[in-house]
Amino acid sequence: MIEFTDVVKCYEQGNKALNGVTMQIDDGEFCFLVGPSGSGKSTIIKLITGELRPTSGTVKVNGYALERIRKREVPLLRRTVGVVFQDFRLIPNMTVYDNVAFAMRVIGAREREIRDRVPYVLELVGLENKANRHPGEMSGGEQQRLAIARALVNNPSTIIADEPTGNLDPARSFEIMALLQEINNLGTTVLVVTHEKNLVELFAKRVIAIDDGYVVSDGRER
Amino acid sequence: MKFSNIGYLLKEGFKGIFLHGFMSFAAVCVTVACLIIVGSFSILAYNLDVMVQDLNQTSEILVYVDSDLSDAEARSIGTKINALNNVLQSTFVSREQALQDFVEDHNGDSAFNGVQPTDLRHRYVVTLEDNTLMEQTDAQLRQIPGVADTKAAYALAQGFSTIQQVLHIASVALIAVLLVISLLIISNTVKLAMYDRRDEIAIMKMVGATNGFIRLPFMVEGFTLGMMGAVLAFGLEWIGYDALVEKISTVDALKLFTFVPFETLLVPMILVFAAAGLFVGIVGSWTSIRKFMDV
Repeated sequence: MIEFTDVVKCYEQGNKALNGVTMQIDDGEFCFLVGPSGSGKSTIIKLITGELRPTSGTVKVNGYALERIRKREVPLLRRTVGVVFQDFRLIPNMTVYDNVAFAMRVIGAREREIRDRVPYVLELVGLENKANRHPGEMSGGEQQRLAIARALVNNPSTIIADEPTGNLDPARSFEIMALLQEINNLGTTVLVVTHEKNLVELFAKRVIAIDDGYVVSDGRER
Repeated sequence: MKFSNIGYLLKEGFKGIFLHGFMSFAAVCVTVACLIIVGSFSILAYNLDVMVQDLNQTSEILVYVDSDLSDAEARSIGTKINALNNVLQSTFVSREQALQDFVEDHNGDSAFNGVQPTDLRHRYVVTLEDNTLMEQTDAQLRQIPGVADTKAAYALAQGFSTIQQVLHIASVALIAVLLVISLLIISNTVKLAMYDRRDEIAIMKMVGATNGFIRLPFMVEGFTLGMMGAVLAFGLEWIGYDALVEKISTVDALKLFTFVPFETLLVPMILVFAAAGLFVGIVGSWTSIRKFMDV
């Protein structure tokens, strides 16, 4: 569960990114976070992943109180939150299999667990036949699916997708959203940050709109 | 961190060297270049020090024995001379030997034909452990019963001591400066290698790797690169030094220069090179990763 209560975030330069944001995303929910550039969406993601601390208010993510989280607890928090970025952030000199396995290895998983889990996740995102390819040999949609596989492999309870379709054509964008929907159906909480009104309308999920650091609307798209 | 992960982390550290071949090559080359510069200067300074020390050993005190003493009495004074703290060695030179040396020094000039050994005195040639204490030792020698007179070149000894001290200070200062510059250059090269991999580090952080887990492969990599640089630099230094000494010895017919064999410097050189390699490798990678850890 993600819970923001009256969260204010001021940066060192003095600009206020969030002005008392209160919102709650329950376990298993699918939610869009929309808003213009500079509205505070990225700040919300950084607060959820523990990159930033709130100036005031409380942020709770999957049982961790982020306003007072210890430094050594941040990696543990991040294992419960998978993040997908617009620019994929894959390691180019690793194969598809290794990009996914890497995420398990760096949290200390055993090789046997990795051998069991990686093929399952690659099958889930439809890349089971491309395990030996390198990211550079794949299309944008495939790379994003690989990024989703990596975010999923450690079985996080929440997936945050930051503009996951920003670099994709409409057909591939739809595929990615359908994949995220499928992941949500398996019980994972999904928060998608996007600009794309069409997709938001098409999937008819809860939409939280942010503008100038305020939550300006929160409801289901019809 | 689980013990079972150590093998993986070590493997990753070694793999990283080859995966980022060019940066690894650059880091090793810079380490080798800097260590060779520092090493060469240190050896040069050491050799100069030894040469000046050898020259300084030639400063000696001549102790003249009272001419009234018999040969046996004159020879017995040697024990008292050797008993003095600062005396390294004393050699007895009889009157006869002194005369012979004197004539030989003057190319056997017949003008000295009339000089008899009894005109001269028995003497001791005394070399000291520490020439800076020449004046004090000379005073002690004069107080030994049976010593008629002494002759000591204080100014020359003082000159050598001054040269030696200046050389010490200059070489220590220069080596320290060179070492600091080298460490900065090498650690910056290692940092550059780490900068090349900032995305990888960011991904590791993003998926929940602990700082220790991220650091260890980089530390292994830094350590290995540092040691590779040190071993290469050491080998090249050894080969280069031996070749240079051989070349100089063929040119220097008068044997003006005496060089210490590299084997004598083996242990200190291994220790210094290994310590420098280790230090720059580990500290360089530690400090550079730290920058990317705050994600």
